[in-house]
Amino acid sequence: MADGILEINDSSFDGEVLQSEKPVLVDFWAPWCGPCKAIGPIIEDLSGTFGDKIKFVKCNVDDNPVTPNKYGIKSIPTLIFFDKGDLVNQIIGLVAKTQLEDAINNLL
Amino acid sequence: MSEVDYDLVIIGGGPAGLTAGLYAARARLNVVLLEKAALGGQVIVSDWVENYPGFPEGLNGFELMQRMADQAKRFGLTIETNEVVSLDLAEPIKKIHLNDKTVTAHTIILATGASPKKLGIPGEDMFSGKGVSFCATCDGPFFKDRVVAAVGGGDTAVKESLFLTKFAKKVYLIHRRDELRATKILQERALENDKIELIWDSVVTSINGGLTDVESLTVKNVKTQETQTLSVDGCFIWVGTDPTTKFLGDTIHVDKSGFIIVDLSMETSVSGVYAAGDVRNPLCRQIVTAVGDAATAVYSAENYLEKITK
Repeated sequence: MADGILEINDSSFDGEVLQSEKPVLVDFWAPWCGPCKAIGPIIEDLSGTFGDKIKFVKCNVDDNPVTPNKYGIKSIPTLIFFDKGDLVNQIIGLVAKTQLEDAINNLL
Repeated sequence: MSEVDYDLVIIGGGPAGLTAGLYAARARLNVVLLEKAALGGQVIVSDWVENYPGFPEGLNGFELMQRMADQAKRFGLTIETNEVVSLDLAEPIKKIHLNDKTVTAHTIILATGASPKKLGIPGEDMFSGKGVSFCATCDGPFFKDRVVAAVGGGDTAVKESLFLTKFAKKVYLIHRRDELRATKILQERALENDKIELIWDSVVTSINGGLTDVESLTVKNVKTQETQTLSVDGCFIWVGTDPTTKFLGDTIHVDKSGFIIVDLSMETSVSGVYAAGDVRNPLCRQIVTAVGDAATAVYSAENYLEKITK
């Protein structure tokens, strides 16, 4: 995967996430959130390893209130896994890389 | 000595661990710091740290921890993302069992910190991340113009309640006693703040709501035994911490709350194993005390290493 993670927004969410052929991991974050900044490099690492099987995107909840509201997000970082438009897993808070790897392997 | 992987293994990458790493790297010890998730520890959830000396205006918690990490790395500290599963401390050469391998060391500094304690009441787990929160900087902005409750009376509870007033229209601060434990300047600010309403002598007995949202709290006054229902959209919990010590098993002596017991040199009940920061049993849990512990622990580890190599 290229450097960085694709930044999506309220209007591109449907196309990039729900209509995606591949499973998608959406990282809901905001610039004011320390743990979000801390989990960022872990997600980038994982996108290097799993980028060909899973699409990694991130969504800034400050700029895009509609999507987080739709999924009832009241805590960040929240990671949501989508497969063929369905929400299949949700992880809230800063977690270890191994836990995310397990979640990804379960999805594949 | 060549059969031992490290002089020192530091477990945990918060203020204590990173400071231990800084001192150990400068002492040119053969050292590694192990962190299971991300560097920074509990401080990264702090919006603003204003009691760490040297920063007169204060600074963001994440930024402070990045600075600590940069400083340790500048002196060549090796940091590895890995989780410690268990320790084997039966022999002078200690074994540290990780997820995927085992490493050996002469000395260990335990700096695994602590995590927010739960109330253990109905609704707490169910609404976690859906209105129940332990992190104001992460979740506060979701409660713009809403009513929230904060539970606790120490520094964290009061400081974070003040932070919540930036977003929420009202913050109930619920405390089980009739006075706050927080440092005076924080108490003054809370009592002066129009958005904060203190509910004294009270505990939350349940968090109630629908499928996805918190709607109310059941609050009991511990003196009168009366209960009331408070309508809130969120509940933030800051009632102390639990030490991160599960991987220790019964290898090390801990106090009745599970915090590691150390002597003045930060040595635990096992020779050559030290603890620093929130995971031990200090009187006061601050960034400054954690970094102080770490310096002492490295000094003690160096003394130990000198003794065994001479």
